[in-house]
Amino acid sequence: MASIELDSPAVDQLKEAGVELVVPLIGQGELLGALYLGHRLSDQPYSTDDRRLLGSLASQVAPAMKVAQLVREQQAEAKERERIEQELQVAALIQQTLLPKELPSINGWGVDAFYRPAREVGGDFYDFIDLGRGRLGVVIGDVTDKGVPAALVMATCRSMLRSAAPHHLSPAAVLAEVNDAIEKEIPPAMFVTCLYAIIDTAAGEVVFANAGHNLPYVRTSDGVVELRATGMPLGLMPEMDYDDKVYHMEAGDVMVLTSDGITEAHNPAREMYGFGRLMGRVAKRADDGDMVNAIVGDLEDWTGVEAEQEDDITLVVVQRTSSAESSASAFSSGEKLLTAFTVASEEGNEVMAIRQVSEVIDALDLEPIKVDRLKTAVGETVMNAIEHGNEYRAELDVSVEVKATEAAVRVRVTDHGGDKVIPQAETPDLEAKLSGEQTPRGWGLFLIEKMVDEVWTESVDGLHVVELVMNREGDD
Amino acid sequence: MSEEAFGAVVTTSPKGSVIALTGTVNRAAKEGLEAAYAEASRTEGSVLLDFGDVDYINSTGIAVIVGILAIARSTDREIGARGLTEHYREVFEITRLSDFMNIYDDANAGN
Repeated sequence: MASIELDSPAVDQLKEAGVELVVPLIGQGELLGALYLGHRLSDQPYSTDDRRLLGSLASQVAPAMKVAQLVREQQAEAKERERIEQELQVAALIQQTLLPKELPSINGWGVDAFYRPAREVGGDFYDFIDLGRGRLGVVIGDVTDKGVPAALVMATCRSMLRSAAPHHLSPAAVLAEVNDAIEKEIPPAMFVTCLYAIIDTAAGEVVFANAGHNLPYVRTSDGVVELRATGMPLGLMPEMDYDDKVYHMEAGDVMVLTSDGITEAHNPAREMYGFGRLMGRVAKRADDGDMVNAIVGDLEDWTGVEAEQEDDITLVVVQRTSSAESSASAFSSGEKLLTAFTVASEEGNEVMAIRQVSEVIDALDLEPIKVDRLKTAVGETVMNAIEHGNEYRAELDVSVEVKATEAAVRVRVTDHGGDKVIPQAETPDLEAKLSGEQTPRGWGLFLIEKMVDEVWTESVDGLHVVELVMNREGDD
Repeated sequence: MSEEAFGAVVTTSPKGSVIALTGTVNRAAKEGLEAAYAEASRTEGSVLLDFGDVDYINSTGIAVIVGILAIARSTDREIGARGLTEHYREVFEITRLSDFMNIYDDANAGN
């Protein structure tokens, strides 16, 4: 060191530390470290033999150090791999726990589903929601990203959909509500594509809305139809509007919903499976009864059975197996219109509506306590329609329609406030109201929910509809 | 059912006051019920709301009752209710009003 004359802070520091000799440790042309030696104990300078010995030592130490470094790196990589494997297991567990445990069983319909996660689990999901009165909600979705973050967003989205679905007859309204809710929760740059359909299994009517997901196909007697609906994926931007589309399924029609893990799968030549090939596969009539295996088999032929799966694969198949009459009989025993009338949007007119509804339901042999509950629910709903929906505008009427089946009485109340978001009923905080922290008001929606068995809402063409359902039998 | 205008008549006794309500309890009843409560609270003791002649209570009427209950609680005055139909008794239970006021089965119970 003494012979080095460099204006270098590093050299100065070494000199100050008493370093007399520096021997570089070089392995495979790479500087791995250095030996720093101070004065000899004898205070004699290092001899040529000393330097040769140190050089020989350095040449043997360097490879050993290189090996040690590689071992340490491999150990760290193994730990990281183990951590990732554990994360993947957690993600797979979350996903598989939340997917339906069994398929819906509905007279006149066949439902099948397939889900196979990729090794690096993505965020695919599907769900079936029993909406009552022969209505089945069908969900298919895909979260961007993979692993635990995608699985957590999938779990959140699924739970939001399940929470919103019972309150709306409109899939578009459900997607809009979930979009606003999840947009606040989702990490940046993540979003969820989702298609939600409500199937009226008696009528064969499918109402669906789409948030950026693959379009479903329906194989009909005349060929394959693509069910078109567009909309922004969930979680990207708040206050998005979605459109409800309607398709009528005839007996024999098969609807196929897929995730992009199918259409974007590659063959060894890096060609995508694609929508055209999927559509062609759906069109083949020989697949009756086992559309799932037909599509999965065709996909495996395309990718090669041994190929590692690139993304989650999800497939939901819904087939209408029998005619409208026979499936209708499973759910409906003939709905009768009991009355339909309108009231003007003036304060207090809910009492007229209550009176007219009671005149027709009195003949139904409902238990008196149920009659009273329904009257209260009708009064509150009509009052909300007059005040919040039509804003007391005299030129706007509130329409009321009462229908009955053997199982239930249904009262539909329609106002012109279709664009307004009706908040969900919350349990009022009576203590806060009594202490003056909250207004004493705010009981209407809560009472409606408590008085009847089901409450449905939908918005169609500027109209807002609330449907109250009171089961004729069951717990009073 | 018919919508009858709200009415409230106050009678007092050494044990407290009774406000006999009639007709419809909705937001229009606020002024009348608050005036009746003010009159009733000139006397010491509890105040009993008699719903025996009430034919309709809606959510805005519930809010009016909550308002009266809040006033009573701020002055530590006990409030009771009698004459409720089975349905409105259920409504008082669902809204938890019955947690904050004594509900009597007997139409003549209370004061």
